[in-house]
Amino acid sequence: MDHPIGKSFPRKEGRKKVTGQALYVDDLSFPDMLHGATVRSPSPRGKITNITFGGDIPWDEFTVVTAKDVPGANYVALILNDQPYLADGFVNHAEEPVLLIAHRDKYLVEEARRNVVIEIEEQPAVFTLEESLAKKAIVWGEDNIFKKFLVDKGNVDDAWALADFIVEGEYETGAQEQLYIENNGAIAIARPGEGVTVWGSMQCPYYVHKALVKLFDLPEEKIRIIQTETGGGFGGKEEYPSLIAGHAALLAWKSGKPVKLIYDRAEDMVATTKRHPSRTRHKTAVSKDGKLLAMEIDFTIDGGAYCTLSPVVLSRGTIHAGGPYSCPNVRIHSRAVATNVPPHGAFRGFGAPQSIFALERHMDQCARVAGLTPEEFRRRNFIHEGETTATSQVIRERVDMDALLNRALQLSDYHAKRERFARENARSNGDGSFGIKRGIGFATFMHGAGFTGSGEVYLQSVVSAEATSEGTVQILAASTEIGQGTNTIFSQIASEALGVDFEMIDIIQPDTGRVPNSGPTVASRTSMVVGKLVESAVTALKQTLIGAGLLSEAYTTAAFRAACREYVTRFGPLKTSATYEPPPNVHWDDEKYQGDAYGAYAWAVYVAEVSYDELTYEARVEDFVALQEVGRVINPVLAAGQIEGGVAQAIGFTLFENVVWKDGRMANNQMTNYIIPTPVDIPPIRVYFEENPYAYGPGGAKGIGELPMDGAAPAILNAIENATGASFTHIPLMPEQLMERYEKEPSLVQG
Amino acid sequence: MKKSQVSFKVNGDAHRVEVFPMARLLDVLREEMQLTGTKEGCGEGECGACSVVVDGRIVNSCLVPVAQVDGSEIRTIEGVANDADLHAVQQAFIEHGGAQCGICTPGMVLAAVDLLERNPQPSEADIRTALAGNLCRCTGYMKIFESVIRAVDNAHR
Repeated sequence: MDHPIGKSFPRKEGRKKVTGQALYVDDLSFPDMLHGATVRSPSPRGKITNITFGGDIPWDEFTVVTAKDVPGANYVALILNDQPYLADGFVNHAEEPVLLIAHRDKYLVEEARRNVVIEIEEQPAVFTLEESLAKKAIVWGEDNIFKKFLVDKGNVDDAWALADFIVEGEYETGAQEQLYIENNGAIAIARPGEGVTVWGSMQCPYYVHKALVKLFDLPEEKIRIIQTETGGGFGGKEEYPSLIAGHAALLAWKSGKPVKLIYDRAEDMVATTKRHPSRTRHKTAVSKDGKLLAMEIDFTIDGGAYCTLSPVVLSRGTIHAGGPYSCPNVRIHSRAVATNVPPHGAFRGFGAPQSIFALERHMDQCARVAGLTPEEFRRRNFIHEGETTATSQVIRERVDMDALLNRALQLSDYHAKRERFARENARSNGDGSFGIKRGIGFATFMHGAGFTGSGEVYLQSVVSAEATSEGTVQILAASTEIGQGTNTIFSQIASEALGVDFEMIDIIQPDTGRVPNSGPTVASRTSMVVGKLVESAVTALKQTLIGAGLLSEAYTTAAFRAACREYVTRFGPLKTSATYEPPPNVHWDDEKYQGDAYGAYAWAVYVAEVSYDELTYEARVEDFVALQEVGRVINPVLAAGQIEGGVAQAIGFTLFENVVWKDGRMANNQMTNYIIPTPVDIPPIRVYFEENPYAYGPGGAKGIGELPMDGAAPAILNAIENATGASFTHIPLMPEQLMERYEKEPSLVQG
Repeated sequence: MKKSQVSFKVNGDAHRVEVFPMARLLDVLREEMQLTGTKEGCGEGECGACSVVVDGRIVNSCLVPVAQVDGSEIRTIEGVANDADLHAVQQAFIEHGGAQCGICTPGMVLAAVDLLERNPQPSEADIRTALAGNLCRCTGYMKIFESVIRAVDNAHR
């Protein structure tokens, strides 16, 4: 049989999706079902003094749930358990859930929601990370700080005296909405004594499970969470579904009826998580021959009103802040701070796009100061096998950033374009007329796959495989298909390991009543970590059949089927499981934040070509080259699709997507006002892979999902600096800011 | 407001429904007729997930009051495949990565089918313009354009 790994098998659930038969949560309906709605805080911070149920609404027909109705613990179980399901007397951000209502008539529910008046006695609030750091008001704990890290390698303090150049810079990134096209939603059936079942759009069924066990104070087997077809997640359905699932379940618990709770776009945008805004300060010591002597990095993210996942986002951002460079002395101080905005949360890249944006903008500044080209400066500092990262992790895989850089610059025709644009930009500027300036820039970066440090060891993920009497093999895992291709990739891995046809593999819908906990669908871990467990589980299945004397070492698909059938007839169910074991020699020190932060990294060079219109102040990406080494590519079409989608999201992050805040509330919570790239906005995204099989990934694969979010923003701003001569340090970079800069310093913004 | 009778054809079959005249066509399709292939993404005509074809014109069904389609012929995603046979556009979306999470896919497929019926040999610029009203957050659009181009190639094999 041909090898399935490396081939572009069509998406397993593709037919259902292109015919409209795939069922998302809002497509499901139950007899006697009620529709729920969430009544939210009108103020960013303060004491709830009064709630009135007004209007011409038949309130006696409604189910109403408040904090008093919570049967178990009123918090979303995650890390610090500080976020309530329903505010109990006090609110910490605008749009915080205060109470829940449900009724049979979904249109009446919406009208009723608008007729609940919540009165708040307001208290001082902070809305930005600067205000939080300045302690304008203490809004969380003793100092507004959720979490701090210190990474300390070598001796930064002694390096300054040896430096020929010291380069400082400050960089900022804004909030970004995940904007999955399917809004958050859940349906619950719950009865005291019987338990709770929730269907929903989600990435992590066992996160929801853990949270609902606490919320209802029920044994684990009484809570069942089922993932329905999920219309995009990007991190936005990592932790948030625990909240909406709990809300639907609370309404179902009290009413005794099935309850559907679906957000519309405005509610999803205003109330759910976004990417953490960030500020990064760099101070870098550089020698006259362009070597990095010391890097001091100060990284702060705005976590919003509750802790949620901020410590973990901070961790990944901190570890990636030093990039793919070998520097003997590195000190990174980082912190996640509280503000009175809805909690920020997981979003593809998870802190890394923020700190990598800062670093890769800063590397271009260091190059300029040292009198070197951006590519030459990086070449002198790239990390190699045997050298160490910021956390002193010795790189044990073959890594050749030089070769990646050469190839990416060649694919993008970088040198010729750089030269031509310099000539053309100078020419068009002479007569005072408006013109188009062009530029090209790049970023070099890496992204660690899987949970950070000891995370995968704590997770102890499990995958099971079961042979059926029809001779097919079922894969049981909690890893969700959210568009990235889990179903197809797992089928390829299993069919490769078993040597049987792709069509014989069935992926079971994630349902905590049926599948083991293979961990959350996050952190670029599904292919590399969970995929490896799929490989191990099905290999154990094969070995069981061989051990039972039903299968010889060499066999056909037909022989395998017959063996499965025979085994089940003779001995009953055939099910095997595999539990995560770390690769050898991985050591992580959680106290000192030193050691092997990730089992493997993907390495990449992204090149952006931009145009800048002097009349409209519009910057556009005209061409994009994305070159990466991700281990073995399991499915080229799906892998390229991940990269293209991530780059498009990153272009949005850089030039389009501007969350407008007003008193801690998103003011532009509509797709009319918050603009994501459309089919006419995206340049050709040209994707290339280098393959370097990773010994501990299935078929040699490493993680891929988050990588493409990391490099586009700095590449684009580096290109804009090349086009305009102006160094911008903040994203999103909107035409308004380009205009402001041009009007303030016309001499700067020229070719 | 009072309910009234509205008649129209959906995917070739005649229907008469009693609904509020200002009900969104999207809700009538999904809730009264259980045609849940048409999706809601934004409810304000920005994302195109709710695209359907009304009398030969592609529209956002979230912006169309049902009273407006009285006597019309409507085509939804459920009417694109011919029994067991997928449309060339659907087949190409499966093979070339045009669908990821799938929530924008019904609208995207309808927009592409609509384009090819009006313009069987579109350029890439034509494709981009025709799909400009349909947003996708997963693919970065590259594989969607490629799927449409492949569907054109297949149709002329």
